[in-house]
Amino acid sequence: MSESLAMGHYGFYVWTAFAVFFIVLLIDSLAPVARRRRNLRDLRARLVRQENRRRPGTPPSNESHP
Amino acid sequence: MANWVPLWLHRLSSPQTFYRFAGAVRPWALGLALVLGAVALYGGLFLAPADYQQGDAYRIIFIHVPSAWMSLFIYGVMTVSAFIGLVWRIKLAETVAMESAPIGAAFTLITLVTGSLWGKPMWGTWWTWDARLTSELVLLFIYLGVIGLYHAFEDRRQGARTASFLALIGAVNVPIVHFSVNWWNTLHQGATIRLLGPSHMDSSMIWPLLLMMVATKCYYVASLFARVRADLIAAESGKAWVRDLALGTQERA
Repeated sequence: MSESLAMGHYGFYVWTAFAVFFIVLLIDSLAPVARRRRNLRDLRARLVRQENRRRPGTPPSNESHP
Repeated sequence: MANWVPLWLHRLSSPQTFYRFAGAVRPWALGLALVLGAVALYGGLFLAPADYQQGDAYRIIFIHVPSAWMSLFIYGVMTVSAFIGLVWRIKLAETVAMESAPIGAAFTLITLVTGSLWGKPMWGTWWTWDARLTSELVLLFIYLGVIGLYHAFEDRRQGARTASFLALIGAVNVPIVHFSVNWWNTLHQGATIRLLGPSHMDSSMIWPLLLMMVATKCYYVASLFARVRADLIAAESGKAWVRDLALGTQERA
């Protein structure tokens, strides 16, 4: 097993190439999931703010405005 | 006649329907990509014999070549949907084109880096200004140009249209990448797998390669659908269905 993992003298090149492949695709697959969640969260916060503004007298939300 | 096909396509091009469709398909595409990829890489790394000239270094082929195929395939999809978006002004086609670009850029980057890691032990150099390598690098720059142009505009649809135009012009480079090994005398080797005629490879090495090609295609579908979903939330934030989605879903979204 350790012999086949060493890939002859080429272990460094082969395993670095595979690491690059997986790291790049991992970043590529995680980024859009995080982006979609962030978009939904931002939109929810905006809708809540709008709702509070439309009905004055209701207690202000505890989020701080920039 | 089966006129449910255009009807189905028409329905699917509605953002809300596509959002749900993409959400349902994505886990299956990703799961299939992981299973097929695991089998293919096991076959490529441990079952296939070492090459008689290159030893074990040739095993980089199992990620290098599928990634290179994807870098061109995704560009093709991007070009077709950019064209559809420009001509018929279909919003979803613009989104598919623009969200394909980062995935294509990722595969092009993988192709260049793994090729470099293969070139060092075999050719004795990390990089050479060979026709295949140079045209693939140009492909990366075109992808980055499309991504940059898309984000350079305040109005996202105007950005998508301008970047789509660049994508169409850049399509000239795709046949140059593909045929560069035939047109010029390159250090890079010619095609190993042939659609017509016998391939220059043993079947024990071919099946992991072809399986990996299918796995990367499935991965592309999964990644594209995730990206389109994220994009649609932002683009359609004024629509009722996105509002419902934002308010109705709590933390799990």
